[in-house]
Amino acid sequence: MATEAGVQPAPVATGARRRRNSTASAIGYVFVSLYALLALAFGVLPALYAVILAFTTGDGAFAGFDNFGKVIADFRFGPAVVHVALYLLVWLIALTVFVVVLSLVVHAIRVRWLSTAFRFVFYLPGALAGASSVLLWLFVLDPTASPVSGILHALGFSSFVQVISPANLPVIFAIIAFWTGAGGWIVIMYGALNNISNDVMEAARIDGANALQIALRIQLPMLRKWISYMAVMSLAAGTQLFVEPQLLSQASNAVVPNSYSLNQLAYQYAFQQNDFNGAAAISILLLVVALALSAVFVTRGGLFEKD
Amino acid sequence: MTTTAPPRAVRTAGLAGWSGRTIAGVVLLLFTLFFLIPILWLLLAAGKSARALLVQNPFSPGTWQDLAANWNQLFGFQGGAVGGWVGNSALYALGALVITLIAGIPAGYALALTEFRLRRPLLILTLVVMLIPNTALVLPIFLELNTVGLIGSPLSVILPMSFFPFGVYLAYIYFSTSIPRDLLAAARIDGCSEIQVFARIALPLAAPVVALVAFFSFVQNWNNFFLPFVMLPSSDGYPIQVGLTTLLSSTPAFNPSSAGSDSVQLPTLALATIVSVLPVLLVFLFSQRFLVSGLTAGGTKE
Repeated sequence: MATEAGVQPAPVATGARRRRNSTASAIGYVFVSLYALLALAFGVLPALYAVILAFTTGDGAFAGFDNFGKVIADFRFGPAVVHVALYLLVWLIALTVFVVVLSLVVHAIRVRWLSTAFRFVFYLPGALAGASSVLLWLFVLDPTASPVSGILHALGFSSFVQVISPANLPVIFAIIAFWTGAGGWIVIMYGALNNISNDVMEAARIDGANALQIALRIQLPMLRKWISYMAVMSLAAGTQLFVEPQLLSQASNAVVPNSYSLNQLAYQYAFQQNDFNGAAAISILLLVVALALSAVFVTRGGLFEKD
Repeated sequence: MTTTAPPRAVRTAGLAGWSGRTIAGVVLLLFTLFFLIPILWLLLAAGKSARALLVQNPFSPGTWQDLAANWNQLFGFQGGAVGGWVGNSALYALGALVITLIAGIPAGYALALTEFRLRRPLLILTLVVMLIPNTALVLPIFLELNTVGLIGSPLSVILPMSFFPFGVYLAYIYFSTSIPRDLLAAARIDGCSEIQVFARIALPLAAPVVALVAFFSFVQNWNNFFLPFVMLPSSDGYPIQVGLTTLLSSTPAFNPSSAGSDSVQLPTLALATIVSVLPVLLVFLFSQRFLVSGLTAGGTKE
């Protein structure tokens, strides 16, 4: 805000300035009105309404934490938490390690078109998000039709049901998520690497640092902000796991349960049991996790503040 | 282990020699195969017969006849349901895109270049919602819209998708960093009203960010699964992403109980997958230059 005050056009008569300010203020409201309305209707109100539902009974009476107690005690809740946690563990490790390695390698390529081509190839699967990418991976994981059936057979899988046995699922979901999402992060890391000034790199080189030292001492610390951003965003998104187990449950005749993840469980509460209060309770639990993670970034990141 | 070796090798080609570069090359090759093989296979599979898909080499090309047969089966499914789903997707994605731009670009401008009391709260709300996954609010929005009886209407999908804080954030960053305030001040001195300053001066300069917001909004809306899955109970209203689940459950290979008159063969399902992503794929191909340049990183950084 200080910056804006500084840019006010040179001394004008106070009366004129006040009028200018109030017009600017009014016009500000006009410009944001539609967006503010949408934000209220689809950001603030649903969250508040879900809070109300989560703390009331079906009749609207205050329920305290009963709904939360109920869903947490649900026999499907614990397994769902474990499923999501395992998936997050595998995915976040793979994402962090491979994205950092690949972006450093791609950034080191000096042939420009080649580096561009690699980034595009990595990014392309991002076009197949959601149900489409899951469907594609159903094919890839089905040994009868798979393009990599040789690999699947070598790993000892001869049928689709064997591939999607419960122990494999966190890895499978991690692979799908990595396949669609990693490219975007590689591009972002690449952009961040480009932003490291050449002078710094040059100075390090003149001081005798080899490329490994440059990567460890200069590039990685410069990327740290972005790596933690990626980890936090991915963590928040990962807790929402839904479409992958949902489709797999459908494609496996419920070998994968339809309450595999927390979001699916919330969905079951809302649509199978008609228990909106229970569904709201799970949604609030997930929302709190997401809000907490994003709050860390808004308040402490410094990444997004302009003022 | 190998995690830091490749950059060393490639960076200082003369020093680390060919062994490091070989490792980097192998890593790149493996990941290129990992990212590309499924897509290549998918494109080929759509042109095969169900039998050819199982017995032929996975990377042998299909035939136009089989592609046509699969196409006919796909678009004949349930009396042409697939065409309707693609139409729905277009309606939802484009409808939300238009509202997103009308609401979001002026909002980003106002947040960046005007002063008003609720500016800061709105900015913080935008950042917070932008950073939470967009699925987190789906069930709460369902519960809300359920009380006002909007469930099943196209608006139950279009309106929530139109609230796109990331787009507002991109516009806000752009307007606050790339538009010289002196220029706007000069326009005001020349007698432009506030609306004219925005429409004649700021908006034309913001064409790149409008395109960027449109791109992200369209891709996200088209690929959105959870929101329409929850909001639209009737198959007539499905977008193609949700329609895929219907096709999947009619595929005997994945759902043996579905072997019936209207069943879907694997190559047809593969073709459906291609159809479901084709618009986004085309948008990606046309915007590849800016996608891989790292501009998006700059967009979220400053």
